[in-house]
Amino acid sequence: MMKSFSIVISILIYLTSVSAQSKEECLMCHEDEQLRGTRNGKNISVFVNANNFNNSVHSQLDCIDCHDDIDAENIPHRTTFKRVDCGKCHDDIEKEFGGGLHRIAYDKGDPLAPICQDCHGYHYIRPVSDHNSVVSPLKIPFLCGRCHREGAPVQVQRNIPEDKILENYSLSIHGEGLLKKGLIVSATCVSCHSAHKILPHTDPNSTISRQNISKTCSVCHSEIETVHRKIIRGELWEKQAHVLPVCVDCHQPHKIRNVFYEQGMADKDCLKCHENPNLVASKDGRSLSVDHSVQLNSIHNNIACSQCHSEVNVSHVRPCESITHKVDCSSCHSEVGDEYNTSTHGILAASQDPNAPNCKECHGTHNVLGRLNPNSPIFSINIPILCAKCHRAGEKAAVKYTGPEKDIVEHYIESIHGKGLMKSGLTVTATCTNCHTAHHELPHTDEASSINPKHIAATCGNCHHGIQDMFEKSVHSALVTQTDKPLPVCNDCHSAHTIKRTDSEGFKLEIMQQCGRCHEKIAETYFDTYHGKVSQLGYTKTAKCYDCHGAHDILPVDNPKSHLSHDNIVQTCKKCHEGAHRQFAGYFTHATHHDPGKYPILFWTFWGMTGLLLGTFLIAGLHTLMWLPRSLKWKKELKRKLNTDKEEIKGTEDEEQNEK
Amino acid sequence: MKSKNPRFIQRFTRLNRILHILMIVSFLTLALTGMTLKFSYTGWAVILSKFFGGFESAGYLHRFAATIMIGVFVTHLIDLFKLKRKEFGSWKKLLKSDNSMLFNKKDLKDFLSSLKWFVGKGERPEYGRWTYWEKFDYFAVFWGMFVIGSTGMTLWFPEFFTHFVPGWFINVATIVHSDEALLATGFIFTVHFFNTHLRPEKFPMDIIIFSGSMPLEEFKLDRPDEYKKLVESGELEKYIVEPYPPIVIRAIKIFGWTALTIGFSMVLWIIYAMLFVYR
Repeated sequence: MMKSFSIVISILIYLTSVSAQSKEECLMCHEDEQLRGTRNGKNISVFVNANNFNNSVHSQLDCIDCHDDIDAENIPHRTTFKRVDCGKCHDDIEKEFGGGLHRIAYDKGDPLAPICQDCHGYHYIRPVSDHNSVVSPLKIPFLCGRCHREGAPVQVQRNIPEDKILENYSLSIHGEGLLKKGLIVSATCVSCHSAHKILPHTDPNSTISRQNISKTCSVCHSEIETVHRKIIRGELWEKQAHVLPVCVDCHQPHKIRNVFYEQGMADKDCLKCHENPNLVASKDGRSLSVDHSVQLNSIHNNIACSQCHSEVNVSHVRPCESITHKVDCSSCHSEVGDEYNTSTHGILAASQDPNAPNCKECHGTHNVLGRLNPNSPIFSINIPILCAKCHRAGEKAAVKYTGPEKDIVEHYIESIHGKGLMKSGLTVTATCTNCHTAHHELPHTDEASSINPKHIAATCGNCHHGIQDMFEKSVHSALVTQTDKPLPVCNDCHSAHTIKRTDSEGFKLEIMQQCGRCHEKIAETYFDTYHGKVSQLGYTKTAKCYDCHGAHDILPVDNPKSHLSHDNIVQTCKKCHEGAHRQFAGYFTHATHHDPGKYPILFWTFWGMTGLLLGTFLIAGLHTLMWLPRSLKWKKELKRKLNTDKEEIKGTEDEEQNEK
Repeated sequence: MKSKNPRFIQRFTRLNRILHILMIVSFLTLALTGMTLKFSYTGWAVILSKFFGGFESAGYLHRFAATIMIGVFVTHLIDLFKLKRKEFGSWKKLLKSDNSMLFNKKDLKDFLSSLKWFVGKGERPEYGRWTYWEKFDYFAVFWGMFVIGSTGMTLWFPEFFTHFVPGWFINVATIVHSDEALLATGFIFTVHFFNTHLRPEKFPMDIIIFSGSMPLEEFKLDRPDEYKKLVESGELEKYIVEPYPPIVIRAIKIFGWTALTIGFSMVLWIIYAMLFVYR
């Protein structure tokens, strides 16, 4: 009995001893905020906030999992411990950290060297993804800055070649992105230096060494080669890092800004020679002088010479002597370049046509101004003038053109768009490039052209969106009508360069001819009716095609939505004829008296009237013709008879005089 | 003592002459403005339309002239009523009188004799107060007033009239109005012009419808029957009048020439439109 009791006791003691080593057991004492202890001779707080610990990444662990050398059974514990060794679990990181500068310094006994806990903390370690974590991206600069900020002991006492690291970083594009805009994918210290294996740039294994820096940058800037291909020739950039500049040669570490740095091939070097107003090319004597102020006032004022005049080689005394090609704007404006290359202008240029315009022909060179600058040749109001240089009648482009458009520029200026743009100065008015595009001009016959019939509605719809919407639901839209006949698009009715206000008399009268080009029969019969005849006399207030059928929303008469459907027609008539009613709408608006099948009443009325007319004229005409010869004779007879009378009278008068 | 000047006999009352002048003015206006619409596809029409200040004002002119013409017509009817009451007492008497515009046996006889005369198988018939062609002209106006007037009103107020007739009647009215107008203008500017003005003995024009009177000697030969009847009834002296002074005659001739010129121009224009550009 005693034996069995002692077994139970010993089990209980065992269990108690085991439970004394659990987290809860530890916290029984360490939860006390006042609890202090001595460690390595220092009196310290040994309080552990259970709540915070339970929210940490290590919440599942017991205290003794890390504090493995604790004498748990002895309370109070002994006062000398090892530091907790994180590498026991984090062996991969331990290995990485082991090769790094921080660890080496630590091993050397550098009191300033950081170990895991200095950065990650102790009991309350949060995951990196937690914004409250001290190692979350947003906090990293502050964490590193604790030691690496200007004036900190590390920065003063240790050999760190960079200065004002934190300050520069916070002003850099990365720092701005991270700290001002809260963009957590923006590069922080650890993005370039790595988190644990931090090495000086002189170490070939460093992430920031000359060999590795481009790889490091391209972790984020993965497409950076395409941007830089003209300057550093793509692959060579990484393979021959010793020959070509690497990222940090231009984009200084910690100072990476939105500006090109004054280093190597910077503008000052170029201007040493090119500021000379008398500088000319030895080959052909053209001036090579550059007025830098012009460039500084241009939209490229933050672009360095060598960014456009690529192929410069910084190792040459004259870096520009290696230049063999002209400036290629597409190295930056690659999309525009692609567009241009497939346009008529680009194709002509590719075929060495001396008249083909290239970028600078329209945009200028050092004086490039944005399209929003009123002084720019590509400011909307100036575009017609710019295009007219070649496309005005008689100029080099116009003489080549064989299409139907005549006097394009002159007509445009008189058109509604031209007047709006050039007379009223309305900059949103359509100018050449709105329809033809700026860089992808193609003849209308080309299916890729913005002015191809397939795309016209969308092109005009860029501004006239409501009209496009309406048009695309109408019978004239290819989306509605499936036919192999050509369907009309905007310019078929509105013309291309002579577009008039639709409320102008000219437009109103012309539109009937436009409809009539396709609807030949129906237009002809329209001109047989009152509406047609009156409008032919130049009267615009009468019903024209679009007054009844609609303009952009034309639908077949059998469509209930048509302006002329049974339900809508009276309303449509009422637009002009206020008193219109159902029976009134029975008027034949396209009647002809030449079609006995369709309009028998009109046909027979017409021929009845014509019969009456012919009959009357036949009888009266015959009567007159028969009368004519007889009347001639009668005239003579009459004269004779009257003369006899006169003679009689005269004779009487003579007698009277004689009597006197 | 006989006067050395020829004596003049009055054939048309002052009212009738005024009515005829108004008729001419309104008829020419109606014809000119209307034809611009009928032949709107010719260059002529467009020019004329512009001359009238555009289609819209041409339209106003057309309806204004129509109102005048209806006024002329109504005035004539009222005049007929007065004439009946004052001089005849009953319609029967009026219509059977020598002054009647109704066709009678003598007209048929005159017509046949005229045909014989035309072919040289008889003398010139002794025409009376109104010849058969004058009566035809007179009733042609009645017919025209009815046909053109009624269709014209329909076209003027289509919303109102389509309450009583179907919509397509407007189309019919258009054809009838315009073709009857073509007949009227064609007839007036050719047949009527010839019968009254261009036939050799009257050439180039007979101004009696404006002056109202003609030399008695001429009258004797032109209307022997009427002259005979006037002499018989002893009423001849009642109609002897003083002719207008030369300046009035001159004005009349200018007016006449203008009207004739417009008429003939229209004939040429219609012929051109019908022959070369008709559709």
